Amino acid sequence: MPADTARRSKRISQESHAQRWRGIGWGFLVKLALMALVNAFGLAVIVSAIGTESWIILGVSIVLLAAADIIYFTRRALPLKYLYPGLVFLLAFQVFTLGYTGYVAFTNYGTGHAGSMQQAVDAALIQSERRVENSPSYPLTVVERGGELGFAIVDDGTLRVGGPDDGLADAGSASGFGAPTEVPGWTLVPKGTLLTDPELQQRVAELRVPISDDPNDGSLRTRDGSSAAVYRSNLVWDEQAQTITDVDTGLVYEADHSRGLFVAPDGSRLLTGWIVGVGFDNYVRAFTDPALAGPLLQVTGWTFAFAVLTVFTSFALGLFLAIVYNDPRVRARRVLRTLFILPYAFPAFMSALLFRGMFNAEFGIVNDLFFFGADINWLGDPWLARFAVLWVNLWLSFPYWFLVCLGALQSLPGETIEAATIDGAGRWRRFRSIMLPLLLVSTAPLAISSFAFNFNNFTIIYMLTNGGPAFDANTARLGATDLLISAIYKISGVAGGTADYGLASALSIIVFIVIGAVSALAFRQTRKLEEIQ
Amino acid sequence: MRTKLLGLGAVAAASALVLAGCTSTTGDDPGTGSEAELVIWTDAEREEAITAAAAKFTEETGAKVTLVQKNFEDLRADFIAQVPTGEGPDITVGAHDWLGALVTAGVVDTIDLGDNASNFEAVALEAMTYDGQLYALPYSLETIALIQNADLVGTEAPSSWDDMIARGQAAGTERPFVINTNGETGDGYTMYGFQTSFGAPVFVQDESGSYTSEVGMGGAAGEAFAQWLAANGSAGTGILSTTIDYDTNNELFNSGKAPYTIQGPWAISAFPDVNVVVNPIPSAGGQEASPFVGVQGFYLSSQSKSKLLAQEFLVNYLGTEEAQRALYEADPRIPAWSTLAEEVSSDPIIAGFVASSQSGVPMPSIPEMGSVWDFWNAAESQIISGADPVSTWNTMIENLTAALAG
Repeated sequence: MPADTARRSKRISQESHAQRWRGIGWGFLVKLALMALVNAFGLAVIVSAIGTESWIILGVSIVLLAAADIIYFTRRALPLKYLYPGLVFLLAFQVFTLGYTGYVAFTNYGTGHAGSMQQAVDAALIQSERRVENSPSYPLTVVERGGELGFAIVDDGTLRVGGPDDGLADAGSASGFGAPTEVPGWTLVPKGTLLTDPELQQRVAELRVPISDDPNDGSLRTRDGSSAAVYRSNLVWDEQAQTITDVDTGLVYEADHSRGLFVAPDGSRLLTGWIVGVGFDNYVRAFTDPALAGPLLQVTGWTFAFAVLTVFTSFALGLFLAIVYNDPRVRARRVLRTLFILPYAFPAFMSALLFRGMFNAEFGIVNDLFFFGADINWLGDPWLARFAVLWVNLWLSFPYWFLVCLGALQSLPGETIEAATIDGAGRWRRFRSIMLPLLLVSTAPLAISSFAFNFNNFTIIYMLTNGGPAFDANTARLGATDLLISAIYKISGVAGGTADYGLASALSIIVFIVIGAVSALAFRQTRKLEEIQ
Repeated sequence: MRTKLLGLGAVAAASALVLAGCTSTTGDDPGTGSEAELVIWTDAEREEAITAAAAKFTEETGAKVTLVQKNFEDLRADFIAQVPTGEGPDITVGAHDWLGALVTAGVVDTIDLGDNASNFEAVALEAMTYDGQLYALPYSLETIALIQNADLVGTEAPSSWDDMIARGQAAGTERPFVINTNGETGDGYTMYGFQTSFGAPVFVQDESGSYTSEVGMGGAAGEAFAQWLAANGSAGTGILSTTIDYDTNNELFNSGKAPYTIQGPWAISAFPDVNVVVNPIPSAGGQEASPFVGVQGFYLSSQSKSKLLAQEFLVNYLGTEEAQRALYEADPRIPAWSTLAEEVSSDPIIAGFVASSQSGVPMPSIPEMGSVWDFWNAAESQIISGADPVSTWNTMIENLTAALAG
């Protein structure tokens, strides 16, 4: 390379487009507008993160926004200008999801453990506060004195008023039967103000005015701001001791921070718990709980078998048909090829639903047409159901391999095969030693991703068999055709059972590790294939 | 360097402009609290009816009501997930059997209907009550009933299972009776009327009518029901079959291939060709057949920032005959409002479902119910397709009891 050309190319590579900027061009304006949008969006996120006190989101969005401005307004980071958007999406949609799943896997998040400890205390107090039997509804006016809120009610023609500390006291007779309109010593809070001021509303909803000196008599409380009734709670929360005491039975529920529950010495516990970290408990359970470990092992075995067999059978069929229909002696090849791709054009879940009907033992077309009306219970027998799932997935995915192999076949070097033919290699020998290795170079990576996809092929299982038929012991609600992913779905309880998100997340992490490891190994193997070329 | 500074200045100015544009459209700063707002989650069917009540509410109180439309199936999980984070709504539409899960998660507040309570059907209030506390404003009931083809078997209700099968066989159709088993999955919900007629409730009820977590399906009564399933399953008479799913069931009934089926009001529109008569479910085991009654209503969030406002809206605006009528017209289900239920019973089909609901029991709303379905459905499905009834049923009871304890 001549010296001056080298120097020039070096100079160009050092020069960023910011430096080459000569006045305001269209490109710069577009960039400015885009960056203004990005900054506006980022600032809006930051402002609302401060508003909702989400500090993690705040930190992340500040870093991301600062990085965006630095990258697009300095000349140093040219490659990053292209990589940055992708990296942000990777972070937001993949790393975050994975990290959050990992976090949940170490908690007891699920039914009964959905919020913080404070919320569990709130819930216990809400659930224990009952309207005292036969307590009438009193017409109520919310009143205020020197910043202190109180209730004024009319009780049998008597005006009674008081705040949370001193309790209700008589304040003379009331005129009429409605809510008090005049309370000596207090200012009335109009209902309109009350209902449109969230902060005031919060205070009034939490206000309890004792009706007598004995706390067991209960206290006045309002639910709607215009009427009051006497309520009484049998639970008392002691923040110092972290205990909730039932004043009726004398039971003391202590906070158990390792399980996220309030437990009494006699073993009884309050309904609502909170989220706590449980370490590796979820992982330990998945492997040792007899109700889970056995069925999960079977499910894991079938998941591998399903993924491997699906890829293998559909690849083999697709390749076979591709070779046959690539032969120039076949007439109407184009029409036939198009027909073969039809299953590929169907939505997978629709096909699975249709096949569910077709495999029906009594009304299904499969038994009627191909088995002379025999009552073969395809989806009710574990092995037949597994076979049916594989069959449907073969039908769904062979067109993909047909297309891929057809393309790959047409790009094979004709002269190599010709040379082999001249050398006297037979049809099978040419296929095994030349065509297949060359084909695998381009199709093996696709086979690996297809394996990963089928490992998590939720749709076909959910729509075709829903995991059934259930294992005979039926201990973990799982069935013979459940894949790990559908098992996780059932365990997570999203569909309506009791949820255990912690366990489901722990299982997802295990699945992630398995797929990652298998894919990494397989890609390493395919690199060896490439050496053939 | 100069160009860089210029660039930064320009971007700052442009950002400010864009930001100003955004904020002016989104309205006031939420921090000042000058305007009260209620957020309500609803599904598409009920959105319109709630809008009407909300408009009146806004007019009279000045408070804004925002409706967020979601899929009904997503509401429970989303509510449990979002209320603790402070992102949830003030009020959501929901079914009564979610109640146990919502209470356990600590996301619902109690409500006080006061004197208004007497306007509602007792079973609706009972369903929305958990441990003696009312948690939702009910508005509709639903249940399943025996649906028969009047042209084939007349309008008279069969007196028992055997009577029904005999009449069905006399009608000369392909099958005397069809019932959905949801394919291989099993359908304990639809089968429950027959199960209760053997005296085997899913959970034992205490003297006040509340469900305990003690499984009631075991013992001799449960075994008798299991044997009945087997005797009518594929190894027996074949009347019950795992080949029937919802659509097949409706198709067989609508085409006149079966004169009887058990279905809910939601399936009536699938029977355009049939002269439909609705009756209570006949008894198979000698006792009264009690199907599950489901109730729909409005829940109040325990973390709502506007509790007074939400309570006011629920009790004094949605809890009125006018709003309940609007809800019925938007999405016709049996009303929980007593006078309205009476009024719509002039329709014989609705009257049939009302009659069936009167012998029904509320579906258990305790959180344990969530664990029951999978075990229960699978065991029924296995017995119908020929598994040994007593041992399969008892294994199911054992596993279920173990799962509930753990």
